[in-house]
Amino acid sequence: MILTNLESVPGKNITEHYGMVQGSTVRAKHFGRDFMAGLKNIVGGELKGYTELLHESRNESIERMKKQAEHFGANAIVNIRFATSSITQGASELFVYGTAVKVE
Amino acid sequence: MSNFAIFLVMLLLGYVIGKINELNHYKSIRLREGKLKNLPMITYGKKKVFHNYKEGSLCTGSVVIANDYYKKIGATIINLIGGRVTFYESLIDRARREAALRMKTEANEQGAKAIVNVRFETSTIGGQSGKKKGIGSIEVLAYGTALIEK
Repeated sequence: MILTNLESVPGKNITEHYGMVQGSTVRAKHFGRDFMAGLKNIVGGELKGYTELLHESRNESIERMKKQAEHFGANAIVNIRFATSSITQGASELFVYGTAVKVE
Repeated sequence: MSNFAIFLVMLLLGYVIGKINELNHYKSIRLREGKLKNLPMITYGKKKVFHNYKEGSLCTGSVVIANDYYKKIGATIINLIGGRVTFYESLIDRARREAALRMKTEANEQGAKAIVNVRFETSTIGGQSGKKKGIGSIEVLAYGTALIEK
């Protein structure tokens, strides 16, 4: 499955167009990581726990979007966009959407 | 009295450790930017058709950077008197450059020649419950399409 945020796939032509596909996840942190984040809010620096959480969420959302595209019989997703939002303290939603197409 | 002492300790910790972390981070950022400067990040390209390349693949980079106490207090003061919130400018700058670097690293590993249609998404995460107003931490996501040559 080819993924791109352009409107076309480099080196290939789009032959069929299936419509919008999307994937989203909402993940919550567990206490251990949130406690570290609280401490880090005094001294600053990268929150590796949260970065990892968002990275996993993103991969999970992309997998869900890919499954939806496969269900249509597509082999590429173009014009992909991301949206992140924080739901409650310690929970974030990641939404990924794009257009499923067939390329050759 | 002891409340004020705790406040001062947190402020001092925030300032000292925050400053050290920031300087080290910037040093690391500059070093890696120097290594990856031959891989251009291009913001156009969405509607272009690229024929000379074998494939394009989505590459992403993200980072979450926490606010420190000194910055939070500084920003609260500026929120009263107005003006540029210089305290947050370095936070956002670090996060953006770090996210872009991670995206470039991922593209580089795939052997890309350029990254087109680069987009940035920024959002704030959580924050201390109640107490003082202010951002908890900021997340920056950078994503684009890596062009891999034939």
